[in-house]
Amino acid sequence: MTNYIGTATSRVDGRDKVTGVARYAAEFGAPDLVHASIVTSPIAKGHIKRIDRARAMDVEGVIAVLTHQDRPAMADSDKAYKDDVAPEEGSPFRPLYDDRIQFSGQPVALVLAEDSETASYAASLIDITYDEEPHVTDFARARDKAVALDAPAKPRGDAASAFATSDVRHHADYFVPIEHHNPMELFASTAIWNDGKLTVYDKTQGVQNVHGYLCRVFECDPDDIRVVSPFVGGAFGSGLRPAYQAALAVLAARAVHRSVRLVLTRQQMYALGYRPAMIQRIQLGATADGALNAIAHDAVTSTSRYEDFHRNETTWSSLLYKSETASYQHKLAHLDLATSCDMRAPSAATGVYALEAAMDELAVALGMDPVELRLTCYSDRDQRTGLPFSSKNLRECYRRGAEAFGWDRRSGAPRSMREGRELIGWGMATGVWEALQMPITVRIALTSNGHAEVSCATADIGTGTYTIMTQVAADVLGLPIEAISIKLGDSTLPQSPVEGGSWMAASVSNGIVTTGKAIRDDLLKLAQHIPGSPFKGLSNDEVMLVDGAITSRANRRDAIAIADVVRAASIDRIERKEQTTFAKDKAHAHNTHSAIFAEVRVDEDIGVIRVARIVSAVAAGRILNPKTARSQIMGGMVWGIGMALHEETLIDHRLGRIMNANIAEYHVPVNADVHDIDVIFVDEQDDFVNPMGIKGLGEIGIVGVAAAIANAVYHATGVRVRDLPITLDKLTRTA
Amino acid sequence: MQKVSVALLINGDRTQLEIAPWTTLLDALRDRLHLTGTKKGCDHGQCGACTVLLNGRPINACLTLAVMHDGAEITTVEGLARDGVLHPVQQAFIDHDAFQCGYCTSGQICSAVALLREGRARTRDEIRETMSGNICRCGAYPNIVTAIEEAMKAT
Repeated sequence: MTNYIGTATSRVDGRDKVTGVARYAAEFGAPDLVHASIVTSPIAKGHIKRIDRARAMDVEGVIAVLTHQDRPAMADSDKAYKDDVAPEEGSPFRPLYDDRIQFSGQPVALVLAEDSETASYAASLIDITYDEEPHVTDFARARDKAVALDAPAKPRGDAASAFATSDVRHHADYFVPIEHHNPMELFASTAIWNDGKLTVYDKTQGVQNVHGYLCRVFECDPDDIRVVSPFVGGAFGSGLRPAYQAALAVLAARAVHRSVRLVLTRQQMYALGYRPAMIQRIQLGATADGALNAIAHDAVTSTSRYEDFHRNETTWSSLLYKSETASYQHKLAHLDLATSCDMRAPSAATGVYALEAAMDELAVALGMDPVELRLTCYSDRDQRTGLPFSSKNLRECYRRGAEAFGWDRRSGAPRSMREGRELIGWGMATGVWEALQMPITVRIALTSNGHAEVSCATADIGTGTYTIMTQVAADVLGLPIEAISIKLGDSTLPQSPVEGGSWMAASVSNGIVTTGKAIRDDLLKLAQHIPGSPFKGLSNDEVMLVDGAITSRANRRDAIAIADVVRAASIDRIERKEQTTFAKDKAHAHNTHSAIFAEVRVDEDIGVIRVARIVSAVAAGRILNPKTARSQIMGGMVWGIGMALHEETLIDHRLGRIMNANIAEYHVPVNADVHDIDVIFVDEQDDFVNPMGIKGLGEIGIVGVAAAIANAVYHATGVRVRDLPITLDKLTRTA
Repeated sequence: MQKVSVALLINGDRTQLEIAPWTTLLDALRDRLHLTGTKKGCDHGQCGACTVLLNGRPINACLTLAVMHDGAEITTVEGLARDGVLHPVQQAFIDHDAFQCGYCTSGQICSAVALLREGRARTRDEIRETMSGNICRCGAYPNIVTAIEEAMKAT
């Protein structure tokens, strides 16, 4: 075996990215390209009364102004607009559909012009009057009217009574504000018109999701639209559902029968979706020696008025720690905003933040070391179902993480560690996420020159999908990585789910193995026909592909070069397309875990917080590429820093409008905010989760990080801030 | 609409453009010259994705008009490699996995090239500070710092 799997491998698309060759959605063009610019609603709720487009139409170079009054036809059923990952309940937003305004920032007119400057200038000249209706965008106000959802997990025992009689109790509310993904690439679609057929270059995590959506919305044949997305400049969940500019680019192209490019502004992107604001109440009851006997986790999360988006924040409390009793509640508050959506580790980044901050507070109440408390409550079974984990090496995460961090040198009392004017705080937390995989189809075409093309309609949103697909294919086919080329991000390629939920590495890798085996089987058949073949009578599993040759497992000298086998059969290629489905392993729970240790340094006089170092020890099954895997986890940890200290979308509730819809006033971590980051992968062999034992990494990196930092801030200062982000004003306010 | 003539020396090629006077240097590069290696992430000078070298100095191409730079020499990410050999900063970015999605990368690399030329940053802390005008939402910062340190040693 060549064994690329498990070897640190540089990104195969690296050269394209460092030379500017990699092209993103707004970077495809056509002669005669039309540039589109959007006008958005300044009101949060109401109706469009009148649209005056005369001044815009007078501008030289303007081709058309499209509104709900004069757009091409669009479907009129909710079903058409429900994409693969749309919430079950509600009516999806329909761009430029009618005169109804559902959120501030909603697109209300589309200006088409010969260049982008003219389009955006003309858009500023469109005069729209509205009938405004009262709106509510304040989560604090909508909370009381929140609607109860079905209990996310079955309660265990009588948590209320157990809590009431516990030796040591902790309960508190934890707040997480609205956060926005802010990928670096602006959302954009370029729709290339070709005699009524369209190729749409789009920024998305799922080309086939967008394809299906566009075909339904515009009631056209699957062959009429192709969605292409070879490179995605970050997405983090914001590209799971079709973004409205994709529909508008198609709408415009169909209106003027020309190619159209539509690029959103950074400000406009704030109306696409966001991590919902939420308040979580955690109650923990324990015996004096730290055994949990009651967990209650109640969440209220936010969504729009027209769709019920929610995930299960409380799931994580229900599975992670041993406790005889537990209860859960989830309510949904409806606001006059666009629908909230998945953002990196949806429900876990937030739910585990609340749980792990509460566990730290319980440890303080117990006078116990925070790691010791986690070990006391450690569960080898999913507490919801009682099932053992397919693998769970979290104990080793605690051990290795603590050792690398130097946790044993921690002094327990708050404000007990300092260096000059800086208070030093050490905090830790646990992380947990699901290990998932989805049905997927992979095609492999092996040509007589010893080259293989591997294709699947998946995405690489910066995760490294191109690279791990190359590694897996090279190992499975016994070829060097230089002989592998990957095609992805095209709706005409074999079926793929959206790239999300950390399921792509497991899904596509196992998919490549399935199709690779089919290729091997075909090669064996062909090789057996070669005169004097050493493979006569051998079964599929008795041969393997290695070093460019089909080879007998029993006798490695019995080998024929793959290229020779193909040529001997007088064909120029072997092509197989296979679907991979995953048998449900009902005997186990499947999760990834991590232990995070953070050091913060707080300026005692002005409260400035610096995260000096973080160690994350991760148990996530088989690691395909330690180099890109480390980057994935590191990125999640940087997100955790942002969540803990910086990120918050602020709304002016009088206007119902986001005030900091830009990347200067919505603070994301910059280089100077990020210091020492240490990622440790602990060994975790998993024989059950899927044949390759891969568990996924996209989400687990962020989970628990905000709690570890919040806990460190408490340890440094003695101040417990329970509403994120922990800004210096909150430290001084409560001091 | 009154168009204005601008002459630019871009990546060693002399280019003549007839553009509206309010066209930003960024849009001139991306839309007119199809040099899309330079990225637009905010159009407000907040993210650094559009950083190019103007007469050797880093500049946010979205915050300046093309007509202001008649006769100027501009280097974009497309102009850094020589005869197919990557600039040491480009190579170090690949070697140290200093990017994920790749969208901020052109700007990071142009800023880093200028940083090396200016010779102002020596330590990791100084690199962090001086590179903070280039946002990377994927969070590759520690690898970006390592890549720049490495390129510093090589040059």
